[in-house]
Formats: sequence, structure tokens, C-alpha cells
Amino acid sequence: MTSVLDRPIEFGPAAAALACRECGARYDLGPLHVCADCFGPLEIAYHDAALARVTRAAIEAGPRSMWRYAGLLPVPALVGHDVGFTRCVRADRLAAELGMRALWVKDDSGNPTHSFKDRVVAVAASAAKALGFSVLACASTGNLANAVAAAAARSGLRSVVLVPHDLEAGKLLTTAVYGGTLVAVEGSYDDVNRLCAELSGEHDWAFVNVNVRPFYAEGSKTVGYEIAEQLGWRLPQQVVVPIASGSLLTKVDKAWREFARLGLVEDTDYRVFGAQATGCSPVAAAFKAGHDVVAPVKPATIAKSLAIGNPADGPYALDVVRRTGGAIEDVGDDEIVEGIRVLARTEGIFGETAGGVTVASLRRLLERGLLDPDAETVLLNTGDGLKTLDALAPVVGPTATIAPSLAAFRSAFGSGLS
Amino acid sequence: MSVTVRLPTILRPLAGGTSELAVEGATLAEVLAALDAAAPGTGARVLDEAGRLRRFVNVYVGDEDVRFAGGLDTPTPDGSLVSIIPAVAGG
Repeated sequence: MTSVLDRPIEFGPAAAALACRECGARYDLGPLHVCADCFGPLEIAYHDAALARVTRAAIEAGPRSMWRYAGLLPVPALVGHDVGFTRCVRADRLAAELGMRALWVKDDSGNPTHSFKDRVVAVAASAAKALGFSVLACASTGNLANAVAAAAARSGLRSVVLVPHDLEAGKLLTTAVYGGTLVAVEGSYDDVNRLCAELSGEHDWAFVNVNVRPFYAEGSKTVGYEIAEQLGWRLPQQVVVPIASGSLLTKVDKAWREFARLGLVEDTDYRVFGAQATGCSPVAAAFKAGHDVVAPVKPATIAKSLAIGNPADGPYALDVVRRTGGAIEDVGDDEIVEGIRVLARTEGIFGETAGGVTVASLRRLLERGLLDPDAETVLLNTGDGLKTLDALAPVVGPTATIAPSLAAFRSAFGSGLS
Repeated sequence: MSVTVRLPTILRPLAGGTSELAVEGATLAEVLAALDAAAPGTGARVLDEAGRLRRFVNVYVGDEDVRFAGGLDTPTPDGSLVSIIPAVAGG
């Protein structure tokens, strides 16, 4: 499936090979995501000596984007130069609301297409360019669709994006506007994913979350790197991460282990917590049942960006949460909406439904005594609330609708507003 | 029971490069056994040492993920299409 190139392929300085996470088999770097021996997922393996050359000073001298960590990524910045280095803000008012001592929000709604998916796409699209592909494709629950269509438009690639037909109208529109091919599939995300897995065997396209997935997934590490750097080159004690496929959670952990191993931060203990919507909570269910395999479910939740019923990295997410002493919670649709409102009301940050899942799960973890309210905690907001307005339309709106007169205002509010 | 098995890219070299094979079998277990006879080595790729489906492979009979049906005991009626597909990441 590799395209023919008339120049050597340009990979990152430390990228060494593809290695199977299940059986350890190694393959040359290329558009390959599955181990031929055991179907296990392939992951980028790095040269330790090359990684070790990365220093705090070199990172700090780099661009104010995710590419300041290029030495720890599998490809150079060929696409998506402006992605990442989003704000990590101290959230004292939310902490007070929840009875916590020290809380930060890592807010990835500030990326070019308003979700963390710009990070993974920046790496996947750079890999697609390096490998000589001309089409960038994906299966998506919406955020990835936006990111792929935009990155393709900006970098001169063609895009083919497949999504479930019942996505939020806003996410269809904000993909279609970039002008690529957008296919609405009459099925769930898992159906779309299956179709893409089959299409990837038939077309010479770079499917960001299929054949170039090992590259794509590494982009999520930059969330973890940034959190550590933005906290002043140290690791937090706790982090709460939403789980869809489980990839982001495992990569935040990978980022922190790399930083610790390379001496870029002190090797301090941290606990990783996962958040799911009850209407699609296969990983939370496996965690609570003590299972190490994840039984797939058919999703039914307003948190559509997390609605993956058959999460490919679920088993690895379970491993990370259990290894670090964390937990995984799930919350219902009403709690998700309330989570969005609490984050907005206390911190002025408008998260999408996945952010609501994370805030509400944090509250649940605190109530159950699973998360320490006195330990330094980082909460991930992975996308912008403007993407999921539908979820809020029934519950927020004008406080009053009045005629344009002082009398009408007084009549509505009396002296109740001060 | 004649069943068509659609192979993922990584199994095609074991089947002479073809993307589909017709085999006989009344259940998924029988189909996979027949597939392994027709394309030796495929069984060990799809099933682990204990004979269970490997955790990163998805198998469908028609449109149904066999994990929602009867697993390896899922019936494969005459004319069924069995698809073997690697798990892929989210989006």
C-alpha cells in the first residue's frame, strides 16, 4: 500500500520502527497499523539515545505549538504548525465548587478546529505527506472529521471523511465547509469504523485512524507534555481524561513516563482517572467489573464524540488506570449537561459534551472517595462547546425576553438584579 | 453451508493474495477451521493459544459483531458473509 516516492522518507529524529504492543514483533516505519502475527496494534518505537538528546532548553526554545516536542514525535512538522500549546488554566472557582484544593483545566478547545484532534491529525497528516499519500481519510465521531478536513484543505491533500449520519448538525457543517468529500453513513460510529477498515484495504489513502494510526496516536502525547511543562516541569498528582477509544488516556500516561525516563521531570507518582458517558461506558463497566477485556456496547448518549462502543485501546486504558491507582466513572446525560454548565459558570470555559462528561465524572469520583480532593488535579477539556449546542438548547437561554424599555426591564427583574 | 470469508489485508498473503474465500461451516468456529485448512496459518492469527478470538480482531457475520451474537458459536447460515477486521482507533 506504500506510495512510490522519488526521495527518502523523512521521519522524526528518534523514530526507529513499528512495534506490536501485544507480541513485540517489529516492522519498518510505514503505513501499517496491525501486527501480521497477532492483530495487535502497532506503536512507534524510538531510539532511546536520540530521545535522550531532547532537553528542557531545546523544548523551551521551540515554537509555541505541539511541535516544540518534535524530537519526541515520529515525523517532522509538515502539516499543522499552529496546533497545540493550548492554555492550562488554574481553576480555583471550579475547585471551590467541587471542594478541591488545586485544580487546572487543560483546555484543548483552543486548537485550530477547536478540539484535541488537531494534534493527532497534525502528526497523521505529516506522516501522510512524508509517506507520499495524496488523500487523507478518517472515520469520525465529528471532531476528527473537522480536523482532517481542515488539515487536508490547508496542506493541499484531498480529504475523505466518513461519519455517522446522525451527528450533530454543527459537526457536519463544520466538516463540509472545508470542501472535501464528506460521507454520512447510516450506522453507528462502530459501523463507520468497520467500513473504513475495509475501505483501507481497497484504496491507497492515508486513513488517519487506520493505516497511519501509529503516527496519529503519538500526537496525543503532546497534551501530556504540555501539561507537565505548563505546571513548571513537573507531573500533577491526578488527571481526569475522557475515554472514547481510550487512546488519549494511554498517551497522556506515555508522555509522562517518557518525560520522567528522560529526566525532563522528576519521576513522581500520579493517578490517571477515566470518564465515560453511561450511555456508552464499556471501559468503565470493565473497570468496575474487574475485567481486563472490554465487552462492546451499542452507544446511546448525547456525548457523541465519546460514542465508541468498541474501543480499540480500552484494554490499555484499563491497564494504565489500574497501574496508577486511578478509577473510571460514568455519568448520565443530565449530569453531562450539568457538567458543561458548571465549567462554564465557574471558569468561563465552554466545553463540549465530552468536557461535561469529564467534569461530571470528576464530581462523581470525588463523591465516591476515589479521587483525592487535596491532591493537585488536571482536568482535560478536549473540545469546544460550540460544537455541541444541541445538548444545551433545551436548558439554557435568555433569562427574560422583554420590550426595549426601562419599564419592561423593571417589570421583569424589579430590584432583583444588583 | 457455503460461507464467504472476507479477509483483511494482513491475512491475504496466506490466501494467495485473494480478499475473499468460500468455505463450508455451520458456525463461526467451523468456518474459521475451514479457513485455516484452505489458508494455513489464518487460524493462529485470529485465535489465541486457548482458541479464543484475539482481543484486537473483530469478526462479523453479516452486519453483526459476533461479540453481540454467539461468539465462535454464532451460526453461519448458507450464503453468509464473514468479515475479519482489525480493531481501529477512535475519532
